[in-house]
Amino acid sequence: MAHATATVDMMHPPAPAERGLDVYNNKLGMWVFLASEVMFFTALIGSYIILRFGAPGPWAPPAKVLNVPVTAFNTFLLICSSVTMVKAYAAVADGETHFLRFRPFSGGLKFWMLATIIGGAMFVGVQAYEYTHLVHHGFLPSGAREGSEVAELVASGVVPAATIGLYGSTFYTMTGFHGFHVTCGVISMTYLYVTKALRGKYSRHDYRGVEVIGLYWHFVDLVWIILFTIVYLI
Amino acid sequence: MTGSRGLRSWLTTTDHKRIGLLYFYTAFAFFLVGGLEALLIRAQLARPNGTVVGAETYNQLFTMHGTTMVFLALMPLSAAFFNYIVPLQIGARDVAFPRLNAFSYWVFLLGGLFLNASWIAGPVFRAGVLNVAPDAGWFGYANLTERQYSPGPNVDFWMLGLQILGVSSLAAGFNFIVTILNLRAPGMKMMRLPTFTWMTLVTQFLVITAFPVITVALVFLMFDRFFGAHFYVPQAGATPLLWQHLFWLFGHPEVYILILPAMGIVSEVLPTFSRKPLFGYTVVVYSGVLIGFMGWGVWSHHMFSVGLGPIADSVFSATTMLIAVPTGVKIFNWIATLWGGTIRGTTALHFAVGFIAMFIIGGLSGVTHASPPADLQQTDTYYVVAHIHYVLFGGTIFGLFAGIYYWWPKMTGRLLSEALGKLHFWLTFIGMNLAFFPMHLIGLLGMPRRIYTYAPDLGVSSLNLVSTIGALLIGVATLVFVVNLWRTRSHGAPAPNDPWGGATLEWAIPSPPPPYNFSVIPTVASRLPRWKTEHHDPMPDPPAAPPAPVHVPGGSWWPPVAALGLPVLALALLTHHLWLAFLGVAIMLYGIYRWAFEPFEI
Ligand code: HEM
Ligand SMILES: [Cu+2]
Repeated sequence: MAHATATVDMMHPPAPAERGLDVYNNKLGMWVFLASEVMFFTALIGSYIILRFGAPGPWAPPAKVLNVPVTAFNTFLLICSSVTMVKAYAAVADGETHFLRFRPFSGGLKFWMLATIIGGAMFVGVQAYEYTHLVHHGFLPSGAREGSEVAELVASGVVPAATIGLYGSTFYTMTGFHGFHVTCGVISMTYLYVTKALRGKYSRHDYRGVEVIGLYWHFVDLVWIILFTIVYLI
Repeated sequence: MTGSRGLRSWLTTTDHKRIGLLYFYTAFAFFLVGGLEALLIRAQLARPNGTVVGAETYNQLFTMHGTTMVFLALMPLSAAFFNYIVPLQIGARDVAFPRLNAFSYWVFLLGGLFLNASWIAGPVFRAGVLNVAPDAGWFGYANLTERQYSPGPNVDFWMLGLQILGVSSLAAGFNFIVTILNLRAPGMKMMRLPTFTWMTLVTQFLVITAFPVITVALVFLMFDRFFGAHFYVPQAGATPLLWQHLFWLFGHPEVYILILPAMGIVSEVLPTFSRKPLFGYTVVVYSGVLIGFMGWGVWSHHMFSVGLGPIADSVFSATTMLIAVPTGVKIFNWIATLWGGTIRGTTALHFAVGFIAMFIIGGLSGVTHASPPADLQQTDTYYVVAHIHYVLFGGTIFGLFAGIYYWWPKMTGRLLSEALGKLHFWLTFIGMNLAFFPMHLIGLLGMPRRIYTYAPDLGVSSLNLVSTIGALLIGVATLVFVVNLWRTRSHGAPAPNDPWGGATLEWAIPSPPPPYNFSVIPTVASRLPRWKTEHHDPMPDPPAAPPAPVHVPGGSWWPPVAALGLPVLALALLTHHLWLAFLGVAIMLYGIYRWAFEPFEI
């Protein structure tokens, strides 16, 4: 795309001329970036596994410390936002860049993108709520706050004392990093929405931004499903 | 803005060639700083019971020497060539994301300054001393790095500095992978890429996969030190080896990140000056790729002494010995390239051949500590220091110098003096062998590394003196090189397009190239486009002037602005000022925001 400067074949007739891959720069860049992200989360989750299985005792049962139903709802929200992302992509690929059309009823790019942004923002909001709640109850990156509810659980043996510190460290680091990724996604998507989608810059012939941010969005969702399973469920 | 001069044009440049030069000069300055630190270390060790510096400053010197050389000198010196040469070798007008490229450079510069600020930051932290530089070794083993054992800001500087530098390397990695895969001139198939470009590609894949691992390790450390987490605290139940595994999982690929570009350079220099195509191009490329993969499976050879058990030790010993195979294959290819060639003994060739010889020695000592029983004797002694310097100085630095003598005329339009160059080479060659060969013996005789002094009855005093003399000789050699660079600015012979008769595209255009590089993007029909081969005549050079005006993107202020946010953010953590954190984020967001809204058509 870039560098589509006039290429004058001034010399030999090209042997089967190959110019780059059949992917535009931004999309290739996103794929490479995601490869790097895979390594990032692999290291994060790998360390978690090592710490958890190398720990001197069992891990705290998630349901005793965390509010699993709230986060399950949040997971549902994020999955929904992946669905709306797909709808946004499909809409623009068909050239449907409008917001809503009523007869026949159909949502366009502007609608589905906004829905995705809202879904992502709500996810971050619920996570912020969850953190405040947990800190309030005395669950910290360093373990249990003295004299707090969680400290009582530790004292009564419901939550193992030997591993509560590591439990807090890994919980906040892993979910925090994921939340950071969602936040970045929401900001970037809002930017694309305001500067491109609303101004009618996307069409059936060029919707690169939507595709690239979509890749990122689905990746972040996928990671969450893994994180949710290992942090909240097992 | 393009082609203009002045400070502003350098601050805002997005031209890969200028960014390449910025990388070179900055990294070379850090190379001098790291060299100075090394000379102080050697001064301290010249005699037993040395008193040049105290134990604490000594710890800071070896930590900063290692960190500086790896992250601020060698990697960015390679990056100077990635920037300057790779787009030219593939027939492109710039990299895929020019502003991201500028951003990488500024982050590197600011990260390097941040790290080195620790030398004089003592008063800010009321430390009672001037220098509060990192002091836990370049691989910063936990839990020495925990707040409990390293209460000062020293380790904070290290941990935050490395995270900043990681951002730079990652951004450059994405950029160069896309550039190499997507911006190749028509006809430049993957198996027609010049070897240097190939090795750059492999290196960048290692960067984008290895740096996330150390980022995670550093983030854990940061959370431990700042937010009371327990990732590296055994008392809280953490596995004591977590840091070592994460660090070396990154660390071993990192040593290949350091050596593969040099291997690429040597693979360009040898054919040009033997007037023969590289022997077994395909094999060299594939063994480079293989090294990239195998580099992931050997990390625990740095941990034989921690007691991983016989099975892990055997596996990692075997993989380590195996990785020497593709390395050896390359060495035979280089020797075979020279064999029967029409050899021109330029300085570049001297360094390239010196590379082969020194790298063989370093590779052999590496294989000796691939064996756990032998390694138990060698680890943490000067023997390992000898190994790393034969591969990193005799290998990477020699390769980089070969590249400098080879490409300097392309980059500046003037040829470096060959006479001074030869002097530089021989002084370096003798100096490095004097400095580092005795370290094998010093280590086997039992002198541990990282101890600030030694007793006379250890029996290593004269060997240490020899080593210090060698280090001084390297210092003199480096001065000769600086003189050569300086003299060449005005007195160097002007370089034609192609002073050496090279085979690759960068030699088809003027030295230094115009902002648009190629007046017309060439079409490539063979792997050695500028040489006559069995099936192809040499490609004619592009016309001197472009047939139609070529659009070159203008500069941008926003990459340096966005980059500035990172050190401010790091400073916030360092000094515990929340407002600084907001400021840092605000600067960064503002930079990115303006960057995103800037009309910038490539
Ligand atoms: C034939 C190939 C090589 C083998 C078999 C090999 C093997 C080893 C082993 C076993 C160690 C650990 C020694 C110890 O700490 O006890 C080591 C250390 C090291 N190697 Fe190599 N190596 C090879 C090539 C290289 C190359 C090409 C580089 C970099 C350009 C390199 C850089 C290093 C560094 C920096 C360390 C030391 C890290 C430290 O403890 O500070 N090696 N090598
Ligand atoms: Cu290694």
